[in-house]
Amino acid sequence: MIGTDARFTMSLGAFQLDAAFCAPPRGVTVLFGPSGCGKTSVLRCLAGLERAPKGWLRVNGAWWQNEEQDHFLPTYRRPIGYVFQEPSLFPHLSVRANLEYGQRRVPESNRRVAFDRAVTLLGVAPLLDRRPVRLSGGERQRVAIARALLTSPKLLLMDEPLSALDTRSKDDILPYLERLHTDLSIPVIYVSHALEEVARLADHLVLMENGQVRAQGPLSELMTRLDLPLAYGDAAAAVIEATVAAHDEKFHLTYLNFPGGRITVPREDLPVNAHVRLRVYARDVSLVLAPQEGSSILNVFAVYISGCTEERPGQVIVQLDAEGTPLLARVTAKSIAQLGLAPGALVFAQVKGMALLN
Amino acid sequence: MLTATDFTAVVLTLKLAALSTAILMVLGTWLAWQLAHTRSWWKQPVSALVSMPLVLPPTVLGFYLLLLFGPHGPIGQFTQTLGLGALPFTFSGLVVASVIYSLPFVVQPIQNAFETAGRRPLEVAASLRASPRDAFLTVAIPLARPGLLTAAVLGFAHTVGEFGVVLMIGGDIAGETKVASVAIYDHVESLHYANANVLAASMATFAFIVVLTVGLLNHRLAGRDL
Repeated sequence: MIGTDARFTMSLGAFQLDAAFCAPPRGVTVLFGPSGCGKTSVLRCLAGLERAPKGWLRVNGAWWQNEEQDHFLPTYRRPIGYVFQEPSLFPHLSVRANLEYGQRRVPESNRRVAFDRAVTLLGVAPLLDRRPVRLSGGERQRVAIARALLTSPKLLLMDEPLSALDTRSKDDILPYLERLHTDLSIPVIYVSHALEEVARLADHLVLMENGQVRAQGPLSELMTRLDLPLAYGDAAAAVIEATVAAHDEKFHLTYLNFPGGRITVPREDLPVNAHVRLRVYARDVSLVLAPQEGSSILNVFAVYISGCTEERPGQVIVQLDAEGTPLLARVTAKSIAQLGLAPGALVFAQVKGMALLN
Repeated sequence: MLTATDFTAVVLTLKLAALSTAILMVLGTWLAWQLAHTRSWWKQPVSALVSMPLVLPPTVLGFYLLLLFGPHGPIGQFTQTLGLGALPFTFSGLVVASVIYSLPFVVQPIQNAFETAGRRPLEVAASLRASPRDAFLTVAIPLARPGLLTAAVLGFAHTVGEFGVVLMIGGDIAGETKVASVAIYDHVESLHYANANVLAASMATFAFIVVLTVGLLNHRLAGRDL
């Protein structure tokens, strides 16, 4: 079996951790949940920094931990990269020596990430001869990520790498993380409690609550499942994947294709066929029974209603299916009654705004 | 000027301090590492034991070392079966006593340095494929550098300055156990104040230079990391 297959059972004081999950061999798997739900403990178990007295861990078929046979691979024997919450560079070494520290300890035949490549990917070339104390928080974290990459890990573990940074440094790093995602084929397991990061980075989501895995699956599915908390609240949104189809120079627009139809957004400087991710907030989606004549809204898709739940009195979250791509809409209970909306009904979703995430 | 016997005493003092410091740095670093990283029940009792010389009158310590090391003491019997003879009133006895006496001055700065650095750098090193031994040598020790420097200097200076323990366990044998601090005492007792003054003033100057050097070195080390 390829990918990561894990189960960890341990008690941390009064807190019980019992988490079982799988992560696919490609893409970014985000462990998502509120503070104190045990996601960092899970990541530390994956790295071998913590040993769960009961559990197992198998990565691409190799056992890293199997308590039934008392097997436990220590951290330094695991082909992982680990990026800590606070940038933990060695203060006594220059940036270059920090980067080389891990690389030098990997046999040459196992090195798949070249020094220059990691340095370019994370934009740290101008920093090489400096000391870590002379770097900003964002720069330090970029160096820490490059340093982890240079060990050519088979699994990259990241523990809220942005949470210790200010908003500007965050915006500074996110594009690099997205490039990591597209440029390298290293699977990433990423701990976060920020929905914004999840929407931008995750392919696969493991939702944690009180030390347990509440649900796991593809991002677009978990964001819109009505039995999970992500589909509710002001930030409730669907994430859809699309490709650039064409540009309209006259009206300064870009057209995107997704299974549910064609999306129109303000002109983006992207090549045709480029892959993009968009977020559609539930509050920006309204439902009509027939396509409107004379509407200024350009994005209208034919969808089936696949479920609905009253979020709070008078407000209903409707789950929609646009040719397999799930969407969410927030409408009033009154509209539901007046339009006679019910699961199975074919309606039209009018989307007021869509934001490109990358 | 220094008399020939005073000169011998100074050389002996420096020899004692250098040897004790060398042993202390190895033993103290090992002990500090264990104390900094254990969560075991024995941490506090061992810490307390190591710190005893800080609060005990040196004569108390010297007295019990004398009993322990003496021909009838358990350690004395052991060293005799090994063919080393009894330790009291020998240079080796002084070294062992100095190591015990100066241990807290070496262990505490190193332990503080290890604890300040914390486990995180070691976890980072492990995630970068460094074995525990490798991480100790390439991360823990360099990060503890200011603590190690302080420890070495304090251990050395404290050994140079000890008096009570030396007198109890070493006696006053010229060339074997008569160190500078004892020589000063002898001069004062026989009312040779001028001789005492020369020796005392050299030791005071030495102490000042040592403390100043450490201060400056630590300042420079800190500056280099900024």
